[in-house]
Amino acid sequence: MLKLGGKVIEIQSPGAPNSSLYSISTNKELPRILRATKAFLVSDAEIPEGFKHYIVLDHLKNLINNLPSNAEYTLLSEDYSYISNDDVIRISKEKSAIRVLYRANSPNNGILITEQCNHYCLMCSQPPKAIDDSWLLAETSALIPMIPRYTREICFTGGEPTLFGERFLDILRLTKSYLPETGIHILSNGRSFKSEAFTKSYASIEHPDMMIGIPLYSDDPAQHDYIVQAKGAFDETILGILNLKKLNQKVEVRVVLHKQSIGRLKELCEFIGRNLLFVDHVALMGLEMTGFTRANLNELWIDPYAYKDVLSDSVQILARYGMNVSVYNHQLCLVNADVLPYYKKSISDWKNEFIEDCNSCKRLSECGGLFSSGVQNGYSKNITPFC
Amino acid sequence: MSKFSEKKEYLLNNATYKLLPFKFDRLNSQKYVLTNLSGEFTVIENHELEKIVNQKLSPEDSIYSHLRSRHFIYEPADKAAIQLLALKARTKLSRLANFTNLHIFVVTLRCDHSCPYCQVSRQSEDKAAFDMTKNMADRGLDLVFRSPSPALKIEFQGGEPLLNFELVKYIVLEAKKRNEKLNRDLAFVIATTLSLLTDEILEFCKVHNIFLSSSLDGTEELHNINRPRAGKNSHQRFVEGLSKARLALGFDSVSALMTTTEQSLPQVKSIIDEYLRLGFTGIFLRPLSPYGFAIKTKKYRAYNTERWLDFYKEGLAYIIELNKSGIRFTEQYTSLILTKMLTSNDPGFVDLMNPAGIGIAAVVINYDGGVYASDESRMLAEMGDDSFRIGHIEYNTYEEIMLSDKLLDALENSFTLSVPMCSDCAFEPYCGAEPVYHHAVYGDAVARKPESEFCKRNMAIFKHLIELMHSDAEAKQIFLGWANRC
Repeated sequence: MLKLGGKVIEIQSPGAPNSSLYSISTNKELPRILRATKAFLVSDAEIPEGFKHYIVLDHLKNLINNLPSNAEYTLLSEDYSYISNDDVIRISKEKSAIRVLYRANSPNNGILITEQCNHYCLMCSQPPKAIDDSWLLAETSALIPMIPRYTREICFTGGEPTLFGERFLDILRLTKSYLPETGIHILSNGRSFKSEAFTKSYASIEHPDMMIGIPLYSDDPAQHDYIVQAKGAFDETILGILNLKKLNQKVEVRVVLHKQSIGRLKELCEFIGRNLLFVDHVALMGLEMTGFTRANLNELWIDPYAYKDVLSDSVQILARYGMNVSVYNHQLCLVNADVLPYYKKSISDWKNEFIEDCNSCKRLSECGGLFSSGVQNGYSKNITPFC
Repeated sequence: MSKFSEKKEYLLNNATYKLLPFKFDRLNSQKYVLTNLSGEFTVIENHELEKIVNQKLSPEDSIYSHLRSRHFIYEPADKAAIQLLALKARTKLSRLANFTNLHIFVVTLRCDHSCPYCQVSRQSEDKAAFDMTKNMADRGLDLVFRSPSPALKIEFQGGEPLLNFELVKYIVLEAKKRNEKLNRDLAFVIATTLSLLTDEILEFCKVHNIFLSSSLDGTEELHNINRPRAGKNSHQRFVEGLSKARLALGFDSVSALMTTTEQSLPQVKSIIDEYLRLGFTGIFLRPLSPYGFAIKTKKYRAYNTERWLDFYKEGLAYIIELNKSGIRFTEQYTSLILTKMLTSNDPGFVDLMNPAGIGIAAVVINYDGGVYASDESRMLAEMGDDSFRIGHIEYNTYEEIMLSDKLLDALENSFTLSVPMCSDCAFEPYCGAEPVYHHAVYGDAVARKPESEFCKRNMAIFKHLIELMHSDAEAKQIFLGWANRC
């Protein structure tokens, strides 16, 4: 697992504000005029002048002496050796901490909009906090203009990003303006879109490549409400999906598979085929072993090996309805062959690992592997290398 | 105390669920089937029905979740359920707004075949008596382009339309010329035996993307008995024409229909095998219609509905076995019904529409300029009954034709949501009005449903399909594929 944030070894930046965002540069020839806002990543003794900040990894700490006089710098442990050109980081002086907010080399850049949520899902991987964290919005406003235009996709996640209402839509407008060629994926429970006015405002952004991923865990409203721990959530989520599709917005339905959702998974897929045929994508997703999942393990854990036939049937139902369906977060050895056309290597690069048994597997390169949290906290006993 | 609430906190309490509109019927001695207005169905045990209707189900009953998610019942706070149900009902009926799509031109009654079950064809050299004129064709195209439908299909029928191919050519070219300005999605089909195909005809069909719809009744022996022509070589001409046409127009540009005669009844498997052998991916198992020569020659009464149903069920069972062994092959009538049962779409099949498809889904311009509400309507007229002759192409305006009492009365009187016994039938969402059939056989557009062979046949099929899906999970998966191919 990549470490995306934590303590730094040392910060020297007397003049900088408490928290600063920097875009990383490795370009020694960068025009001087552009250096004033950037952090230069030191790789050898030849260090150009004029950058706002310098980043030095621990193994190069002798080079601190070679920095321009009075240069501001941060010394990082080797955990951060993956940092590269065009990445964006946050340096927090008081906390002596770093957070990598954007990685240019990664296809999976998620931007946390808020930790507040009106769901309290049994399996939440990012447990919500009831705090005012609107500083995250302000930071995102600063971050978006620093992200390179060539970025293919970014994902806004939470918590529930739409709880900020129009202020969240402003972020989307900003993103469309600064990153017109970048696809946007939003993870939302969709309930805010039960408001036609809010949905209209969202649609008026007229982004050509923006999709909302909305969770639906059961065709039985009571079961969905129980899983997300919010009464009436199913009803509002469905109304939200209908409003979005009425205005031709792209919607993905996301189903996390666990003991509470497997029971009626086939019925859910039939429900989608009959009622929500117009959604753009359905993702059937393996469980992440982190956050609340660990507290509710008895209610949630079911070995993917035990539900593989249900998964096959469910995928076939959606496929026969002509729906665009994907299976995410599963190990190749735990799904039936008929799932393969829909199987995706989906786990974000920074939290994607294999276990030791996998080393001998002949089909390792086709496999999506495990969540790092799974490797740490438990995974199927039926993982079997192909030989 | 856990910060998470238990399931029971999310169940309805201090209130009772409400019923959404649904109908029910006995499926067999132990079970009922419930259907709602979007065609969702569910099978329940006999004793459960009263409990459901009397609002005595507990939210903890497993069937409760199912009925709620399938929109048979709802809770007072459920808003989405009503919206979804309305959306599905609108989707099912959305086709109505487009109005007439299919326009059939009977360009001649003359034919090189003399099939005893045929409704209309003539063995004649008299072109003047049995061919459509150019003027009629022009007025027919006026009618076609008055339809508001964004998609227009022109189908040439006969007789054998290739015997008046000059007029077919004229209509295709003229329609395309008019369409340059009108920009409809225009399609052409010729219903032909394929026996008279020439390279010149195929070249024309290729240039203008014309589909061919043909007839194949089974093996060579059966086909030639059913479909006699001079030379006794109907099957051979069909097979030769099929391969030539597929090569010229594309494999899927040629389809075939079968008609069940008394001789067909014991050999459904060999009929299906013949379709398989010739590379077809489906078959339409079709009973004889009670029109024209079929009645005159007593072919229609040669077998009853029960016998035909046995034939159908045997064929369907064989086709399901084929699918289970990995061969993709459909029974097309079943597919049409399954689309109604398993999806929120309506396939728009004229025999199974409500309101009826006559006039508003399809209209026929006969060789003599008569305008008929359906293909069956003109066959009825050949028997001397012009009840569904809704105008003449040269003497009546579009408004006079489409607003004729003959058409509107038949549509209104046969509307299944108000017809006695249809309106409360559990299978109404899958069925159709069919006023022409009922008029032809029983003398009025509605008829008494317990006496209707149409009703008997379709009810038996609906029940059979639901029972199959209820008892055979693999068959249900196969059916889901068929349902979505339309």
